[in-house]
Amino acid sequence: MSGERPRPRLAVFKFASCDGCQLQLLNLEHELLALAERFEIAHFLEASSRTQDGPYDVALVEGSITTPADVQRIRQVREQATTLVTIGACATSGGIQHLRNQADVEDWKRQVYPRPEWIETLATSTPISEHVRVDHEIQGCPVNGDQVLRVLTRALLGAAPDLPGASVCMECKRQGNVCIVVARGLPCMGPVTRAGCGALCPSLGRDCYACFGPSEDPNPDALARGLRALGLSSRDVARRFRGINGHRRPFRALADRLEGRDG
Amino acid sequence: MPEPTQRLWLERSRLQQLLDSLGERGFEVHGPVVRDGALVLAPVRAVEELAVGWRESQAPGRYRIEQSGSERVFDVVNGPGSLKPFVFAAREPLIRVEMDGPGGGFRAHATLPEERAVAVVGVRACDLAALAVQDRVFLHDRYPDPYYAARRRGLFLVAVSCTRSASTCFCTSLDTGPEATTGFDVALSELEGGFVARAGSPAGEDLLAELALPEAPAETCVAERRALDACAEAMPRKLDPSDLPELLYDNLDHPRWDDVAERCLSCGNCTQVCPTCFCHDERDEPSLDSGHSLRVREWDSCFSLEHSYLHGMQVRSRIRDRYRQWLMHKLATWIDQFGSSGCVGCGRCISWCPVGIDLTQEVAALRERSA
Amino acid sequence: MSASASEAGYLLPEPAEIVEKRTYGSDIHAYRLRLCDPSARPRFDFMPGQFNMVYAPGVGEVAISISSDPDDEDLEHTIRIVGRVTRVIERLQVGDVLGLRGPYGHGWPLQEARWRDVLVVTGGLGCAPVTGAIDYMFRRRASYGRISILHGVKKPTDLVHRERFEAWRREPNCYVGLTSDTPERSWRDRVGVVTELFEEVEIDLDLTVVFMCGPEVMIRFAARILERRGVPASRIFVSMERNMKCAVGLCGHCQFGPEFVCKDGPIFSMPRIARFYGVRGL
Repeated sequence: MSGERPRPRLAVFKFASCDGCQLQLLNLEHELLALAERFEIAHFLEASSRTQDGPYDVALVEGSITTPADVQRIRQVREQATTLVTIGACATSGGIQHLRNQADVEDWKRQVYPRPEWIETLATSTPISEHVRVDHEIQGCPVNGDQVLRVLTRALLGAAPDLPGASVCMECKRQGNVCIVVARGLPCMGPVTRAGCGALCPSLGRDCYACFGPSEDPNPDALARGLRALGLSSRDVARRFRGINGHRRPFRALADRLEGRDG
Repeated sequence: MPEPTQRLWLERSRLQQLLDSLGERGFEVHGPVVRDGALVLAPVRAVEELAVGWRESQAPGRYRIEQSGSERVFDVVNGPGSLKPFVFAAREPLIRVEMDGPGGGFRAHATLPEERAVAVVGVRACDLAALAVQDRVFLHDRYPDPYYAARRRGLFLVAVSCTRSASTCFCTSLDTGPEATTGFDVALSELEGGFVARAGSPAGEDLLAELALPEAPAETCVAERRALDACAEAMPRKLDPSDLPELLYDNLDHPRWDDVAERCLSCGNCTQVCPTCFCHDERDEPSLDSGHSLRVREWDSCFSLEHSYLHGMQVRSRIRDRYRQWLMHKLATWIDQFGSSGCVGCGRCISWCPVGIDLTQEVAALRERSA
Repeated sequence: MSASASEAGYLLPEPAEIVEKRTYGSDIHAYRLRLCDPSARPRFDFMPGQFNMVYAPGVGEVAISISSDPDDEDLEHTIRIVGRVTRVIERLQVGDVLGLRGPYGHGWPLQEARWRDVLVVTGGLGCAPVTGAIDYMFRRRASYGRISILHGVKKPTDLVHRERFEAWRREPNCYVGLTSDTPERSWRDRVGVVTELFEEVEIDLDLTVVFMCGPEVMIRFAARILERRGVPASRIFVSMERNMKCAVGLCGHCQFGPEFVCKDGPIFSMPRIARFYGVRGL
């Protein structure tokens, strides 16, 4: 394995999203130069309009699939990428725009656009993994830039990521935080939410709202009962799960049950 | 030089002198303070920073702290934090590896923590027992853990015997409290107007000698005895250890495991606040230039799926498996492994479980239906 | 370095160069490793059944049993590619450097088995932790009685070290039985599960010691049959596998009931683990 090797080629693609995850990458100011030394950044429109064609060693994909054109384009990205990593809640869960999945999109189109017939869109917003094979997922809204870096440093060594799958509580307590559910009765989603943010909200006294999506094996039903015991209505509990990552199965299934929809 | 068992009287107004003396001896002094709605152990300089005049109420899944108007310094029994993070860091690098590039050589060296002198004031008997349990795990095996050892060496412990218990406490069941009997440098019992103080080590004797405290009058010692006994007798919660570990070994397929799995979040909070839980993960964190890598260990939990990973699968894939592993380790296999229970009766796993699962009830339920 | 730094010595991986790599089937590789610092070799003295933590620099460690003979200068590890660390090791070639830390755990009871018959029952890649023990006995042939080796694989390509089985087959006072769950045209041995081979071996109930290694289902089934035939459970030894991070009984990952597989095992006598063996989710 010794000898000079060409730098791996990195590409960043965007689908239906707010660009916030790509921004997290750009915000890694101290590491950005080193990153550009280790990778040939071949396609990253948020950073440079100069792009190069594939193939790419690593493709980071932000955003969800919401249009027929997206469906075609993600297949092309997949074909050009050796390793495809989805970044952020939109790409991994369908994002907040998954709320359309519960609604009548034609009706929304008519309400929003003066010429709805010009709009070509799908009835659903879905994660990348429902369309092409995804090698790794980095959850979060937005992603934690350090986690993206962590995945890339592992990729440089030929290794798969080793992101945590446990609950936010684990990293919250490692920081010595006092549990805000127990001490203050706040409706924190930490116990069912994937670690990775550094327990950002609970560290600031705010209840987690599950922007990192479900943990590896959550028990949403148990938390729902706990939230009810804290005084939340069944509807409010469903909304807690119906948020940014509400399309993810364990969250969706629970919210559907609470709202009397079919799971 | 006072006798080690000699009981001395420390007026409340002189507690500051004790803190000052520790500071002058080079200790970074930590004590119980109120922060974020609970008692936490934090660096302190002045008595006023301590949880003076506070009192907490604890119940399964619920902890509230409020001012009581009392002058007492150590009325709050405990908070989520124990001595564990002082000796077993929540996250720390173990080794650093310098790498020569892909497929090339490397050099590894240990990244031991700097030794610091840390004094903790207000340590409860259950937490002293927990420290002894952790000492057994980390220090008294074939490979003593040098990271734990470095922190342990620098620790000076001022214990406080409990004259009040929380509703979640059950130390008397496991014979670990409420009185601090061993494992401390200085032990205090808080009474009206001050503290009965006694030394438990040469360093503790030295500290008390410097304060030149008067002997505690006999009636004060009687009052102390009464207060400690009253606390023990009023202990609200019980865990019957008489049929452990067999109770758990005989009930590996008990339906209660499915019952608790319905309620358990598998979030790991119980293991994080447990003063004896020692499971940890070890992970390599390479630098972006691949020039070096840190092997980091951090608190893990048997409630995480990754914990039982084996060949691309998880041995304990269901929550019932993971809760059973935790309870069985704590109360049963720990005895086989280390000669003592892994539970000291501090009650933290009960209070700090977001959904209030109570291990004493789980054990009682296993016993009830197995009988 | 201070005294306390040397206390952490057991945590430091020792660089070792890959001097030979053999590939079996699609996902099994045997690596012959030579310590870059030959003076470190005595620290790696081991008995078959013990394991090393094999380190992919910057990526992580995996617990892998040592499949070579204790008298060989080089150390051999046979590795199946299943996880993120082994997938990195898979790409390494001759001349590349790995790390080794160990040896850990207890090996097979090869001293206690002297002057006895030994029945080896293995399944799948289960043969890796025991091949070293078999070689050990053949190199010290006079000390052991009849050696019977029964090995089952899911499919023929899973057979690692066929050349070794063939060599053992030619040894006197030795029986080698190979079987595959699924047949294939090139497969000339038995088809079926490994326990069916029990009928073909003579078992001297007073003398036989059993070494078993492989999937837990297979071992449970095999142990039951052997005990029914009259082999005392105390003479059945089993190699166990669990996830390991520290290898010294501290990280808690490898717990199996009251046992830490890393320091109490990985080789256990059956009575020691029987109570918990095969319990789902333990």
